[in-house]
Amino acid sequence: MHSATNMPRFDTEHVIPFVDSLVLSANKRADRLLQLLVEIQTQYSFVPDQAILRLAEQLAIPSSEIRGIIEFYSFLHLVEQGDFQIHFSDSVIDRMSGSKVLIQQLCDRLGVSPGEPRADGRVTVSTVSCIGMADQAPAALVNGYPLTKLDSKRIKAMAQLIESSTPVDEWPADFFLVSNNIRRRDLLLAAPFQEGSALSHLFKTGTDGILDKLSRSGLRGRGGAGFKTAAKWQMCRDIDADERYVICNADEGEPGSFKDRFLLETCADDVIEGITLCGLITGANKGIIYLRVEYRYLKQHLEERLARRRDKALLGEGILDQDGADFDIEIRLGAGAYICGEESALIESLEGKRGIPRNRPPYPVTSGYMGKPSVVNNVATFFVAAWVATKGGNWFASKGTAESIGTKLFSISGDCRYPGIYEFPFGLTISKVLDECGASETQAVQVTGPAGNLVLSDSLERKLCYEDLPAGGSFMIFNKSRDLLGIVKTFSDFFAHESCGFCTPCRVGTSLISDLVTRVHSGHATQQELDQIQIIAEVMNTSSRCGLGRTASRPIMQALQQAPELFTHRGETG
Amino acid sequence: MSFILDGKNIPFKEGDTIMDAALNADTYIPHLCHDPEFVPHGSCRVCLVSCNGRYVSACTQPAVDGSEVESNTEAVNSIRRELVAMLFAEGVHICPACEKSGSCKLQAVAYYVGLLTPRYEHFNPPGRLDASHPDMIIDFNRCILCELCVRASRDMDGKRVFSISGRGSEASLVINSESGKLGDSLFDVSDRAADICPVGALLPKHKGYEVPIGQRRYDITAIDGAAAREPVKKSGKSDD
Amino acid sequence: MTEKLKVATTSLAGCFGCHMSLLDIDTRIMDLVQLVEFDRSPLTDIKTVGKCDIGIIEGGAANTENIEVLQMFRDNCKILVSLGACALNGGVPAMRNQFDLNACLDESFVNGAGVVNPGVPDDPELPSLLDKVQPLHEVVKIDYYIPGCPPSAEVIYDFLTRILEGKPVDIPYAQIRYD
Repeated sequence: MHSATNMPRFDTEHVIPFVDSLVLSANKRADRLLQLLVEIQTQYSFVPDQAILRLAEQLAIPSSEIRGIIEFYSFLHLVEQGDFQIHFSDSVIDRMSGSKVLIQQLCDRLGVSPGEPRADGRVTVSTVSCIGMADQAPAALVNGYPLTKLDSKRIKAMAQLIESSTPVDEWPADFFLVSNNIRRRDLLLAAPFQEGSALSHLFKTGTDGILDKLSRSGLRGRGGAGFKTAAKWQMCRDIDADERYVICNADEGEPGSFKDRFLLETCADDVIEGITLCGLITGANKGIIYLRVEYRYLKQHLEERLARRRDKALLGEGILDQDGADFDIEIRLGAGAYICGEESALIESLEGKRGIPRNRPPYPVTSGYMGKPSVVNNVATFFVAAWVATKGGNWFASKGTAESIGTKLFSISGDCRYPGIYEFPFGLTISKVLDECGASETQAVQVTGPAGNLVLSDSLERKLCYEDLPAGGSFMIFNKSRDLLGIVKTFSDFFAHESCGFCTPCRVGTSLISDLVTRVHSGHATQQELDQIQIIAEVMNTSSRCGLGRTASRPIMQALQQAPELFTHRGETG
Repeated sequence: MSFILDGKNIPFKEGDTIMDAALNADTYIPHLCHDPEFVPHGSCRVCLVSCNGRYVSACTQPAVDGSEVESNTEAVNSIRRELVAMLFAEGVHICPACEKSGSCKLQAVAYYVGLLTPRYEHFNPPGRLDASHPDMIIDFNRCILCELCVRASRDMDGKRVFSISGRGSEASLVINSESGKLGDSLFDVSDRAADICPVGALLPKHKGYEVPIGQRRYDITAIDGAAAREPVKKSGKSDD
Repeated sequence: MTEKLKVATTSLAGCFGCHMSLLDIDTRIMDLVQLVEFDRSPLTDIKTVGKCDIGIIEGGAANTENIEVLQMFRDNCKILVSLGACALNGGVPAMRNQFDLNACLDESFVNGAGVVNPGVPDDPELPSLLDKVQPLHEVVKIDYYIPGCPPSAEVIYDFLTRILEGKPVDIPYAQIRYD
């Protein structure tokens, strides 16, 4: 990644050769388009028109389609941005930590309006959806590097560094400190992973042996849908095909979630071994890590891990010197779109297109990346799979509940003394979790992000498990001083911002709900608006094409059902 | 193989979607983005049906032998009504001032599901018109993002004149030409894409009101083909 | 029926076409006046709204006076009916919503073709234009909607008879029209 001062100011002469070299390194493959756009964006702070036209010519893609892709992803721009691009994370947790005031302070100090480059081209200050730093909020990215625990003092220092054009790599190192914040260890985090142990077991027991272990472990996909991992891998293996792919979904966009960031940083080997294991079991030769661009700062670290594993014969051709055990992994970057966490949208994005979910069936496991059978699993799923292959299914099944076997990593943030990563066995009550993380005066908890469940203080004995409250990982705590309707509004705005826009109910419905909730929040709504929200919610739930639209009305609907008094107090009569 | 659609037995063959089978059996399921000539799209969601109690889009859902499908019921139509209302509120659809009125599928489906008016707040998007082409005009605010022109131009005309840009409520139809104008593109009035638009977004120039309002396709026959529309005496208007 | 129902009608940002259509019920208006008494209406030239059972409004809300009249109707009418395309979704006047209001005024009164004595009218007697022309339901609660430009005499008559007879209002498929 380029620091501010060695980012060349955009000059026309440089563009064409630069684009040509990128196209060449991508073997002129049109499906690499998104990666090329990310490179160009990084180089120039935007994608210049000349680059678009050159790409269109070289890759035989209409320029309008290339612009269409740029306009789809939040981190790609058609107009030049500042030398310093500051992206403030705009999750509800960042807002609770005072991010709005800090954004204003920085803008005032720099004399710049949010979203617009300063006249001299020095800096752009804007907001993006949650960047996965909720345990150290408020946070932001400067030219892709995360800045954590921001406060007024730091904002003042940042403004000075920007005014003096100090390159980002010369900024104080503690600005960029990303803490791991491991707060509780259980089965998975108790001891370090022995590199290669899962793969050795594979060669000892065979693919059926590992699938059996996975099956015994009851492991379900950690992304949210909760599909049985062993079944998915087996389906992919058993389909007749000449090529297969393993895709690691590292597009952790769920607001308040940061477990994948933690795993990629701290347990990269475990994750990579899990991906490799899946490749060898399914017969895929290629794995792809789809890394969200917000985590780009981890790319180099991951590349180094991959290289080291190739040196140790844990990756590449002839893994552990076994003939035909060929599998390698490539890292591809996202470009800022929550919807790309949906597996078929992710695949579209990997193929270089706008991240629009596909019609299903067919499912990726039969026809996925490039139309080939593909396993798409979350970072945490591969992580657990590597451990289960090593330690066995029964080891994992020693914890948890009947339907929710084993342990799970939680990203805990918000109003508590110790935000961070917690490994808990499934089945724990919310109140137990709140005790462990030092939360008090809790008003509500949002489990599994905006699309998950709102739990009010009268239901804290509910359990985190598939039987009760399915837990994706994000666990956000709100104390009694928080404005619950304001939080609902933040979530509604988030969905309107992140809807892909393909299907009617989600594209229009999320906008309508966002407007109506704003009206409710400001106290200008009548019963008619509340009725309308319910109708729209019903339409979105039943007719949306993918999970985003089908869950986007949950925050407001759950608030209406569980806390009707919030609305009667605000609404006007009549 | 067959399934039951609103009590009627619908035969189908391997690979058929619910929509394919229904169309083959001359049974109407409302739709806007679907056309049997093109790859199913599934964006408008108006073809929503309940298949064994689960809501699916008929145009993308493979038919299942022995399944029960409900389409023309109040439960399903009430959702469709809101979907159509959303499209009306999102764009600018002023029927009395639109040359497509009476042969517009959005309007005809709205009649079919009994929509009196969209009760949502209108989005009021800023006007965007492209009249650069000698034979055709585009009013982007009437576009319902069905991508039929996108598919026709790409799959039949081999031109890729149209595509969709942006995300969420910013998603919009764009033209492939250096200026972004239709007049500078490869588009031709004889293209398949030229007469595929279900609404009044992509309209031919040089003719207007050749068939008077009140005597047009869906004024005479309803979109489901079965129910004849009652010709309405419009004595308030002198021009028809 | 012992007492006649009181009906008020008005045209806001409309063209009176809906009122013309109402008159197109022809001689049946004689039956109607047996059952209703008209309060404020262009037919009676009464300028204020009294307590009414039914208020029928054509046209959308385009200026501050429209809003005032609309709110007066809502305050005084038990049932408020949105009549015709403009009342329902703004109609033709709402085509200006796609443009900036000042640009519209400029085009009409300053720089447009054929303008003499350029200048945007600013007589204090004139109501201010709203930024956007709004359908009635965006301003007040509406009880019934009758689409059409204009709705046919048939639809209006059927609607009124049903309301007067206390029957549920149902506009049949064949009669729903937006143009």
